[in-house]
Amino acid sequence: MVVATKRTGTQEGSKRIIELDDITVRFCGDSGDGMQLAGTQLTNTSAIFGNDVSTLPDFPAEIRAPAGSLAGVSGFQIRFGSHKLRTPGDMVNALIAMNPAALKTNLEDLEPGGILVVNEDAFTKNNLGKAGYDQDQNPLDSDSLSGYLLYRVPMDKLNAKACEGTGLSGRAAGRCKNFFALGLVYWLYGRSMEPTLGWIKDKFASKPAVAEANAKAIKAGYYFGETAEMFPVRYAVAPAKLTPGRYRRISGNEALAIGLVTAARLAGKTLFYGSYPITPASDVLHELARLKNFDVRTFQAEDEIAAMTSVVGASFAGAFAVTGTSGPGLALKTEAIGLAVMTELPMVILNVQRGGPSTGLPTRTEQADLNMACMGRNSEAPLCVIAPATPADCFDMALEAFRIATEFMTPVILLSDGYLANGAEPWRLPDISKLPRLCIKHPKTGDEYQPYSRDKKLARPWALPGTKGLEHRLGGLEKRDGSGEVCYDALNHDHMCRTRRKKIDGIAETIPNLSVTGDDHGDLLVLGWGSTYGAITLAVEQCLKEGLKVSGAHLRYLDPMPSNTAHVLQSFKRILIPELNLGQLLHRIRASYLVDAVGLHKVQGKPFAVSEIQSEIEKLLSNGTTA
Amino acid sequence: MTAESATITLNAKDYGSDQDVRWCPGCGDYSILAQVKKVLASIGAKRENTVFVSGIGCSSRFPYYINTYGFHSIHGRAPGIATGIKLANPELQVWVVTGDGDGLSIGGNHLLHTIRRNIDLNILLFNNRIYGLTKGQYSPTSPQGKKTKSTPMGSVDFPLHPLSVALGAEATFVARALDVNTKHLAYVLERAARHKGTSFVEIYQNCNIFNDLAFEYATGKDTKDDTTLYLEHARPLVFGKQRDKGIRLNGMDPEIVTLGDGITEDDLLFHDERQAEPSLAYLLSRMHYPAYPEPMGVFRCVERPTYEDQVMDQIRTATSRQGEGTIENLFDNGETWLIN
Ligand code: SF4
Repeated sequence: MVVATKRTGTQEGSKRIIELDDITVRFCGDSGDGMQLAGTQLTNTSAIFGNDVSTLPDFPAEIRAPAGSLAGVSGFQIRFGSHKLRTPGDMVNALIAMNPAALKTNLEDLEPGGILVVNEDAFTKNNLGKAGYDQDQNPLDSDSLSGYLLYRVPMDKLNAKACEGTGLSGRAAGRCKNFFALGLVYWLYGRSMEPTLGWIKDKFASKPAVAEANAKAIKAGYYFGETAEMFPVRYAVAPAKLTPGRYRRISGNEALAIGLVTAARLAGKTLFYGSYPITPASDVLHELARLKNFDVRTFQAEDEIAAMTSVVGASFAGAFAVTGTSGPGLALKTEAIGLAVMTELPMVILNVQRGGPSTGLPTRTEQADLNMACMGRNSEAPLCVIAPATPADCFDMALEAFRIATEFMTPVILLSDGYLANGAEPWRLPDISKLPRLCIKHPKTGDEYQPYSRDKKLARPWALPGTKGLEHRLGGLEKRDGSGEVCYDALNHDHMCRTRRKKIDGIAETIPNLSVTGDDHGDLLVLGWGSTYGAITLAVEQCLKEGLKVSGAHLRYLDPMPSNTAHVLQSFKRILIPELNLGQLLHRIRASYLVDAVGLHKVQGKPFAVSEIQSEIEKLLSNGTTA
Repeated sequence: MTAESATITLNAKDYGSDQDVRWCPGCGDYSILAQVKKVLASIGAKRENTVFVSGIGCSSRFPYYINTYGFHSIHGRAPGIATGIKLANPELQVWVVTGDGDGLSIGGNHLLHTIRRNIDLNILLFNNRIYGLTKGQYSPTSPQGKKTKSTPMGSVDFPLHPLSVALGAEATFVARALDVNTKHLAYVLERAARHKGTSFVEIYQNCNIFNDLAFEYATGKDTKDDTTLYLEHARPLVFGKQRDKGIRLNGMDPEIVTLGDGITEDDLLFHDERQAEPSLAYLLSRMHYPAYPEPMGVFRCVERPTYEDQVMDQIRTATSRQGEGTIENLFDNGETWLIN
């Protein structure tokens, strides 16, 4: 369900213009069709225009599945609006389908009566067959699409014509048709072509023929909209009232990379990033590898284990040390993370979650590594687990991860996911002078030093190799508290296990309280964590507008949880926990706080639709019984 | 260098820690520990700039007995930890102590990749051809047929040869030594320490509890001269009590010949540790008892840029081209817009 949209009509020329609060468009086609690029361009243009934007790319796990096949369909959904959006939209208002396979896999997400633009030329017998349609039954000719506003555009032909005279081969010209489609969308929604024309000029500066063809294609698409008497109306979305400032578009993975570098710079530390390529975390590695002039040292290790152990070593030697991975990689890193817990060294472990188990759904989102992050190590091996709520929040949480890691001398696992990693939103560039500055102390020569002495927060000192007089040995064997010598003593081990746990619990004293949207007590609290923030918040806001008695709260700290969590939970009769797993936070909450919470679970590799959460809230409040 | 550090010279015992050494009495590890300390003294290693990293196994207790910085890590993973340390602070001199199980079985992958990168580490692989700490199972270097608790009818595994593995992984420094030949061991260790890049040293180490006398052929008074061959750069391969035997190439194969009777040293294979191609070193690494004497000493020592130098070069290049990064230009990716 889309947030209530205000529809007002005006006339401009011969075409009526309808003003909307927000619009959701999805481009879909073959992975080689340039759908991600078209989507990104529409996003940038809308952001520059002043809309709020939220995006949801969706690409296949195969790099180039056979052209025209269902497996090869790539999509990019973008929502732009005149208000704070929070999610990329449940249903799309306009679907741009470049071939039959794209139509088949995406049609279910188009709202009834929605705009459906298809590249008619791609609906050949051959392509219909590949998409699993009856070759003699073109869906465009049947009434199966009568519930939508269908626009058949011969894009191949029009695009080829537009590119004539640029000197490009037919094949190369064919690659411009994403720009043709984009031009048409720009016209439909009154977007300026200028930002994209500028981008084309920069991007293809060294290939003038390609630049010319792409520019011609986008213009052809735009003017086709204007001249073909096809579309009776156009739509407009006013700029959003965003906090003044300088903005850029940022994805979760970009925000993580920038956050890590910022934290290291502010602390005057070298950033070391040891990682092994894995979807959907690799972009963090790519991003950081470009930032060598920030003294960022990236190390592409031979495997996930070496990535983790290199981080343990780099931390021992004094760097801000980080690794990034996804679920299967985190599983491999487990043993070395245990070593990091034992040696009480500061480091950050990014886990960009994806569908599992095993290789699972590499390009799809899921939140099912919470248990592994919190408990997936041998023995009692507590560490801190945090989870950003939005793509931009990845920046703040990267800074926070380092604060906690260095203040408490502990590994910190940051749980992002595919949805945050690839989704993007506008990000207001922070005021650098107001960013938190970490004050990191290393013991110096001559200081009284014991490797496992503890400060008030139970953190041990971070003494660095190279410091004369502080030579010491760390390792995976149990340590005597204080001296840090190997110690097999029964009571010391008991004491150390409890101390390590107590240290992590103490982090709760330094994190913000759990805040509640809506009344701070009542009938129903919807509790979420991580990337479901947008959908849950919108659902709660909608229900509040409808007069329902519901509140929302969102955990960004999973271990430890904020100090007031028990109090918040006990202030509500019932608690609903929507998660993209089968109840991992649910079980932690029930076990830790003895409250009768219920869950809403989804493991489809897709984020929650706002409507799914909203109807669950309505259901719970209307029948008053647990599901 | 401060006046103080310039004048203080440490001797071998200054590198010993206050920990009781817990290896079995008679274990070959004692001798290796003593020679490492001696070498640290002779190269003038600063304790604070030296780090010993180990995995798991008997040999991996090593860092506790040296009073530099140290890290006793997890099974097979010392090369990864050492890599992180060296990349975070290339000024440190980093040693890796591993064993045949630790380095070649559970940690085989890390060993291969660390060697091929040529990161400046000194890797000492104590080869006792057995799992000692877990009480005597066969290891990846145990000979076929080895009877142990886990192979009561004899092992059917085919062993691998550490130096062949290292050479296959493009090692720039490869050497072998014996625990009991202390003088030669010290020589090899010092060469390894002075080599820039990954130095890989296999040390035949006797485990007198679970695999006693595994190297007796190479250490026994009566046999050693005929079963070992001490390599010298640019010298012919000569061995034997009377130094009357040598190795000659017959086609692609080494053959043992007796000097005299028309065969002179000039007919023998000459050692060249600096040969760009590792073929000769590989051939030497394939010479095994009892068919051949086993070569000891430096098989290969060539120069190649180290990993950490290249990493730091790229950082310097990027910084001189783009200027030192500031948070402002980190935030502004060139595609920003202003909202008033
Ligand atoms: S078990 Fe063998 S290798 Fe281990 S300490 Fe004893 S003698 Fe040495």
